[in-house]
Amino acid sequence: MSEENAYQTKRGAKDATIVNPRPGLTLDPVSEGGVAIPAPGGPYLIGDKMTGGYGKGADILHDCTLAVEEGEIAVIVGPNGAGKSTAMKAVFGMLNVREGAVRLNGEDITALTPQARVAKGMAFVPQTSNIFTSMTVEENLEMGAFLRKDDISGTMEQVYELFPILREKRRQHAGELSGGQRQQVAVGRALMTQPKVLMLDEPTAGVSPIVMDELFDRIIEVARTGISILMVEQNARQALQIADKGYVLVQGRNAFTDTGKALLANPEVRKSFLGG
Amino acid sequence: MEPLNALIVLLNFVIVPATAYGAQLALGALGVTLIYGILRFSNFAHGDTMAFGAMATILFTWFLQGAGVTFGPLPTALLALPVGIAATAALVLITDRAVYKFYRAQKAAPVIYVIASLGVMFIMNGLVRFIIGPNDQRFADGERFIISVRTFKAMTGLDEGLAIRTSQGITLVVAIIAVALLFWFLNKTRTGKSMRAFSDNEDLALLSGINPERVVMVTWLLVAALTTVAGVLYGLDKSFKPFTYFQLLLPIFAAAIVGGLGNPLGAIAGGFVIAFSEVGVTYAFKKVLGYLLPETLKPDGLVQLLSTDYKFAVSFVILVIVLLIRPTGLFRGKSL
Amino acid sequence: MSNVNMKNILLFAFVGLLIIGTGFVQSWNVALTIFNMGLVSAIMALGVNMQWGYAGLFNVGVMGFVALGGLAAVLVSMPPVGEAWAVGGVRMLLALVMGAATIVFAILVYQRMPSGRARGLIVTAIIVVGFFVYRFVFDPAKVSIEAVNPASTGYLGGMNLPVILSWPVGGLLAAGVAWVIGKTALGLRSDYLAIATLGIAEIVIAVLKNEDWLARGVKNVIGLPRPVPYEIDLQNSQSFVDRMSAIGADPVTASSITVKLSYAGLFAVVLLIILWLAQMALNSPWGRMMRAIRDNETAAEAMGKDVKKRHLHIFVIGSAVCGIAGAMMTTLDGQLTPGTYQPLRFTFLIWVMVIVGGSGNNWGAVLGGFLIYFLWIQVEPMGLILMDFITAGLPDGSALKEHLLDSAAHMRLLTMGLILLLVLRFSPRGLIPEK
Repeated sequence: MSEENAYQTKRGAKDATIVNPRPGLTLDPVSEGGVAIPAPGGPYLIGDKMTGGYGKGADILHDCTLAVEEGEIAVIVGPNGAGKSTAMKAVFGMLNVREGAVRLNGEDITALTPQARVAKGMAFVPQTSNIFTSMTVEENLEMGAFLRKDDISGTMEQVYELFPILREKRRQHAGELSGGQRQQVAVGRALMTQPKVLMLDEPTAGVSPIVMDELFDRIIEVARTGISILMVEQNARQALQIADKGYVLVQGRNAFTDTGKALLANPEVRKSFLGG
Repeated sequence: MEPLNALIVLLNFVIVPATAYGAQLALGALGVTLIYGILRFSNFAHGDTMAFGAMATILFTWFLQGAGVTFGPLPTALLALPVGIAATAALVLITDRAVYKFYRAQKAAPVIYVIASLGVMFIMNGLVRFIIGPNDQRFADGERFIISVRTFKAMTGLDEGLAIRTSQGITLVVAIIAVALLFWFLNKTRTGKSMRAFSDNEDLALLSGINPERVVMVTWLLVAALTTVAGVLYGLDKSFKPFTYFQLLLPIFAAAIVGGLGNPLGAIAGGFVIAFSEVGVTYAFKKVLGYLLPETLKPDGLVQLLSTDYKFAVSFVILVIVLLIRPTGLFRGKSL
Repeated sequence: MSNVNMKNILLFAFVGLLIIGTGFVQSWNVALTIFNMGLVSAIMALGVNMQWGYAGLFNVGVMGFVALGGLAAVLVSMPPVGEAWAVGGVRMLLALVMGAATIVFAILVYQRMPSGRARGLIVTAIIVVGFFVYRFVFDPAKVSIEAVNPASTGYLGGMNLPVILSWPVGGLLAAGVAWVIGKTALGLRSDYLAIATLGIAEIVIAVLKNEDWLARGVKNVIGLPRPVPYEIDLQNSQSFVDRMSAIGADPVTASSITVKLSYAGLFAVVLLIILWLAQMALNSPWGRMMRAIRDNETAAEAMGKDVKKRHLHIFVIGSAVCGIAGAMMTTLDGQLTPGTYQPLRFTFLIWVMVIVGGSGNNWGAVLGGFLIYFLWIQVEPMGLILMDFITAGLPDGSALKEHLLDSAAHMRLLTMGLILLLVLRFSPRGLIPEK
């Protein structure tokens, strides 16, 4: 076998009578056993000088820093392949950070698993496969609140107020919804943990411009409730308009960091990343 | 009265036995489909897990019988069932820890689990034969019939009799209870929903804080309960012989696949489709037709489409036809 | 052949020692019996290794192809039963042709007609009508053939040809069935080869058990002609007895060893030919393409490779090899006994051989074949010794002691499972890994 891991053979993979074609776990999460270490000071959430990549592969991030304050919106923009999504995953513990640290609310959480970070008040909305398609909208929201032991009906009500269409469709399978509605389910699911930080990986990918404006409005609304937002956006110009803080990444490195407005005004940023 | 007699013959020889058999296959197929949905592989050790569960129940039944404990008109085995389930649960959890857990940590391809399940199959097969031997074992007691041919004839005055064995009645009742509990669990409880979420999207389940190891453990517990119940019901209805259980693998797989692997509703439908075709195609319809057709058209032969030994062929042909027409099985969708 | 390094030579030497040791400790008869079946097992393992190792196809119907080989041995070597042919032979052939024609016709109609309700109805009608016509022709033929002297024949018999000829015929028979399975079960959106092979194997055995007119069913066909001399003839041959006496051997033992050695020679030639062909194929552009497809089907498809066709080829070839081995085994046994075909022994044990030996490596498959077959036979006496030891402290006649001694026979299933799990875990590529 040519693969490194003999247990990951490709033999027999096409025979659906013995092997379920559904992909298994594709993430490479930080392994269990790590603990949070007190580290007071600094921004509410910061991925500080992170260097790392997937598995044993080459580094994708180099000294990359991302931070967001309470109730603020931070946006990560940059060209394709700049490591924007990778940087988000690094902050969430879904790949190995070899150097640097992730700190949340005065604690160093670099060694925590993604689940443990969820428990600490972080929530993540992946770019794709971000809903449970075979479950109803309501069940998706319930699963978002899986770690909570208290009454979740209030939070569910808040989500329905934020996205009224979801209340209407709450008994429908999420897989039957339109693209924009699916994104609302995805964001709703993440909000169900009552997070302090919401991380969104290209929430507007593949939705129409009208739906996109609508989604941005909702995101601003969420931020106003005191939730910090860290998101990757393909539509840089629009995203920077609503951003308190903007990060331009190039090849896994911080190229420009400033307020959203300042970046929009920066001629170099405009020329290279915003199409003039 | 002739059509009525024909109906009674049909009920007695086809519908009642096939319903009981279908329920047993459905329970077996549900277990296969759960493992396929959660752990992503077809478990070749399933038939032998059924044999182990039945064996554990039988041993405890004998113990109860020896101690003079019975269950009135019902088989004592029903009393022993919880102990059998517990023993099987212990076995599959130990197996998971000793065998499958390692491959999860390695992120092994599902086909590796399939091969591992071949090893588990050998071991469980040997274990069952080692403990109870390869021979037929009798453990049914209590009332043999709910209604016997003689009673039925006396009651109705018909020429043909209908017998319903206790084991057939119990199979149906227990299967309905088991399936109802399973569906309630999967659709209404938090843990059940987390299993469905896991089988839908493992990445997102992780991001939602669902613990994969717990999902896997609960799956094995459900599988232990389903296999033991299926194994005991089959043993009560037919007889207990380790090799027969191993051979049930084909109709059970066929049922799960016909229904659409990974779909519990499909597993149940598949179980009955397979059972009714097996019994129907291998039944000699001479008597039924004899009642229905006019004197001149009465058949000379048995009017048996295939000899009973070809029942595997029937499961198989049904399977191929379904897959050719609907490659994903009767019920589409790959998640629980 | 660069696989032959020191470790592999040692592994083969170890298995050789096990068998030779059996010769010294038990008897040379036992050792040679194991060696001969080891040769046959190695060929079966080679067949499965082509499918699984080269192409990643999961065949759990090895038993069926092996049994088809066994059927070929009967059909080729036994004398025809003239009376049976006279009373129903032609009618039986006609029935089989009509049955086949029905299926072919149904398939053609299915392919030619536009999909819809009409097609479904017509195809179903063709199959139903065809089935009853087939049974109308078939049933009387079957009854009359089976009535001919049922205690000793009751079947059509064979072609009275040399039994060695049945080896390639067995391969062809298995290949034909494999082609039909592969054609239907490979290459829809996903494959369903595993369940298809599992099912077809049971069907083949059911046919062998029930179609008495074909090969006497569970009444078995015994006394197949041999490709080697009979012991009794050797013992009656003065020159043989003289030669054996000259080297101080007991003529009776010597005759049985001579027979076994003759089989060993024949089987070894077949194994070497197949192994040589398999190695050539594996290292040819064809073999490289096969592995490329296995490791990245999408890329291979994008490069214009017809994956389905390649898989069909390898499935047919691998099954044919199993069929050859099956015919050889029946020749060695001298009888066809359908009741003895068990999936654990003839499907899953072969899988243990391939996984333990090394998926994708022909030498591994051969090694696995010999090693696992040796253990399959020898674990039983070893288990009995172990149980004797364990139960030594128990009083004679105690129920537990008797149970444990009786159960020793089942130790080998446990052992096979354990070996498979240990190798899969600690050496997932097998004892002789693919390069």
